[in-house]
Amino acid sequence: MNVFNRLLTGVAIGAAVSMSSLAAYAETPANMLVIANRIDDIITIDPAESFEFAGSDVSRNIYNRLVYLDPLDLDAGYKPGLAESWTVSEDGKSITFTMKEGNTFESGNPVTAEDAAFSLQRAVILNKTPSFILTQFGFTPENVAETIKADGNTLTITTDKKYATSFILNCLTATIGAVVDKKTVMANEVDGDMGNTWLKTNSAGSGPYKLDSWKPNDSVTLSLNPNYSGEKPTMERVIVRHVTESASQRLLLERGDIDIARNLNPEDISGATAAGGIKVEDELKGQLMYLALNGKHPVLSKPEVRQAFKYLVDYAGMQDSFLKGQYTTHQNFLPATYLGASKENPFSLNIEKAKELLAEAGVEGLEIEAGVREAQERIEIAQTMQNTLAQVGIKLNITVGTAKQILGRYRSRELDMYVGIWGPDYPDPQTNAGTFAYNPDNSDEANATGLLAWRTAWDVSDEMNAKVEAAVTEGDRDKRIQMYQEIQQEFRETSPFIVMFQRIEQSAMRDNVMNFSTGQAVSSAAYWQVTK
Amino acid sequence: MALSENNSEGRPIRAPLFHRFGPTVKVILGTLTSIIVTLLGLLLVTFVIGRIMPIDPVLSIVGERASQANYDAVYLQLGLDKPLLVQFLYYLWDVIHLDFGTSLLNARPVAEDIARVFPATLELATIGIFFGIVLGVPLGVLAAVNQGKWIDQIARVVALIGYSMPIFWLGLIGLLIFYGILGWVGGPGRVGIFYVDVVPSVTGMILVDSIIDGNWAVFKDAFSHIILPASLLGYYSLAYISRMTRSFMLEQLSAEYVTTARVKGMSEWNVVWKHAFKNIRVQLITVIALSYAGLLEGSVLTEIIFSWPGIGSYITTALLSADMNAVMGGTVVVGLIFILLNIFSDLLYKIFDPRAK
Repeated sequence: MNVFNRLLTGVAIGAAVSMSSLAAYAETPANMLVIANRIDDIITIDPAESFEFAGSDVSRNIYNRLVYLDPLDLDAGYKPGLAESWTVSEDGKSITFTMKEGNTFESGNPVTAEDAAFSLQRAVILNKTPSFILTQFGFTPENVAETIKADGNTLTITTDKKYATSFILNCLTATIGAVVDKKTVMANEVDGDMGNTWLKTNSAGSGPYKLDSWKPNDSVTLSLNPNYSGEKPTMERVIVRHVTESASQRLLLERGDIDIARNLNPEDISGATAAGGIKVEDELKGQLMYLALNGKHPVLSKPEVRQAFKYLVDYAGMQDSFLKGQYTTHQNFLPATYLGASKENPFSLNIEKAKELLAEAGVEGLEIEAGVREAQERIEIAQTMQNTLAQVGIKLNITVGTAKQILGRYRSRELDMYVGIWGPDYPDPQTNAGTFAYNPDNSDEANATGLLAWRTAWDVSDEMNAKVEAAVTEGDRDKRIQMYQEIQQEFRETSPFIVMFQRIEQSAMRDNVMNFSTGQAVSSAAYWQVTK
Repeated sequence: MALSENNSEGRPIRAPLFHRFGPTVKVILGTLTSIIVTLLGLLLVTFVIGRIMPIDPVLSIVGERASQANYDAVYLQLGLDKPLLVQFLYYLWDVIHLDFGTSLLNARPVAEDIARVFPATLELATIGIFFGIVLGVPLGVLAAVNQGKWIDQIARVVALIGYSMPIFWLGLIGLLIFYGILGWVGGPGRVGIFYVDVVPSVTGMILVDSIIDGNWAVFKDAFSHIILPASLLGYYSLAYISRMTRSFMLEQLSAEYVTTARVKGMSEWNVVWKHAFKNIRVQLITVIALSYAGLLEGSVLTEIIFSWPGIGSYITTALLSADMNAVMGGTVVVGLIFILLNIFSDLLYKIFDPRAK
């Protein structure tokens, strides 16, 4: 729906609501949680393959992991999950987990170290999209039998080199770290697919819930796992309904037919809160909005010009207007709530300062092209940039296109400027440090399209590459935090990236709903701790 | 042409088989050929558009952060390196075997997906067209009979609103009033949360399935959910059908045979319904068939507002996700619907118009 349509609808609904009150609202049952969300991104429920937001929400509630993030205490970082403890070998390359006794899968099978080993091996062997989260530690289909090994009640994983323990454990809290029921999964194996086809639409976990049904673009229904060994959740059934339209979600919420609406636009957020009986909770999510200046461009690659551009972004203006409630200013590559995240936001719109810097660089009559994918907020950001750049004599031509058109050119390092959004892959700082601030080979031949720094043609200094590599292996958590903050400080000053905003997710819910968490930037939505 | 003649012994000689059934066979063959050619054309056009559109099915699968090696592997896996003609022939071969391939995104068979979403649209469109016919045809006739009078003006305003109001707006306002404020109907979705998965899916149409299951509580709930979106769609059909009916009727009412009938003292009821209306049935069939086909194609905005998992939103979502297998599968089904409704209209012509026999 375009802006005009949204406006028209908002005005109509606002006027109608102001003239009348909604009919007495119904209430969902006390033991049932009903959520409206956009779930058309789910392509599979198999944790070895699932890599989408709504799919990760489902997996988080169905599968337990060796270590997990407590939705009520996310700041604490990983905690023991199916593993009650772990030890690290002297050379730092092996971690041995001791499994907690008494956990069972929904099938009634006990959770064993063998299941945990199978789950990780399976994810590596299947080699689906998120498998890189594990294979970055040197696991390959050929070596997993040796590198991921169960022995009685223990599981040992051996990496190719020493990594920070926090790095490995953070990765194991991701969806791909989910432990599946080996017996059930292999009983449903078809043509050597290790149960992948079956697990796309079925569950075999030991988490608080089991999957009742997933109807694409319609609904996901979860019910209690009868064999769950933890505290029994208050919400015995969870229904997530696919409702795309914000106004429809708002009506359902106001009528009491749902408990939580996860995709209300700013107009409906303010309308719903005014209705009474509804509260809104904000959580910072992982997506960052950024600009990238091509390092191959003779002018844009100058340090002064990069600096000048950082002063030419109207952070506050955008945050308080079309991004209101959806994004907040954030100028670092690690999203807030991540280990090592920085709260430093030194830049603000300063035309005079930018002019000085551009004069220092000898820039005159610059004309550049910005590639923007056809998403309203990105286009508006580009237009705002066009306006501020014009004030310093730079002409910005905006090219709007599909992902294929724009992303293809960005990956080929052809765009002068790119307006992008980046979301972290797993809850460890390396996920963003390794792409924003790491580029060991900037040559075209390297073709490292997976690295944002390479796409931006940023010839990252050897020192910074070394710092990123060192942070990955640093065993001391506090020291590691310090290292990432130093890297980010240098990144802010020297990189061709202008990180501008971090996404906020606003969930509107009936005011009797307590403890709901969307998982902030580091995790996904959790339902088992919710009460009403 | 005589089908038989007498032989010398006086026994009737049966005409050769071809002469007896020839015309019928010819019609059937002609129809089949027309279906096949139309479908082939549809497939070709859809396929070519799908390939030249600036969307990248590989990116949809691997994600924007994939390495070049992963990207290339999926590119080859999808057969995108082969010449377009070869790709089309492969696709054609699969479609002939009723295999629309698997969705690039959810890896489910497209045929299975369509079997799930199409009944939702069929149910909605059928009730919608029912409203359109039951209200639109009499309104059009009344407007024609009372040309220029207040009833004609009302019919005109009703049609004008139907034509000009954006459907998403009308849908949301309808939802706000009848669901939000008055609470007369169910909200978005096909059934309330208490009735999700309660009746087994036989036809995929919840109203029908609940009747088969004898579960009237589900029927009542499903009806309360479908009535608003179906009425909305029905209203749009009504606007079109009533205007066309009025126009057809005006033409007939000005014909000489109508004047003759009136001069002869025939009652106005008989003049309008037994003579004039009888003669517009064939034209009306075309109008209604086209309206119905349009509704079966899926009203994307209605489906989005009412969270109705139908074929319109299925194809749209697939298109936005570059899931071309799903797009082409859906398009073929929609094309087939148009073809089948055309054939059905032809059959009805033959029933209502003796000249077409």
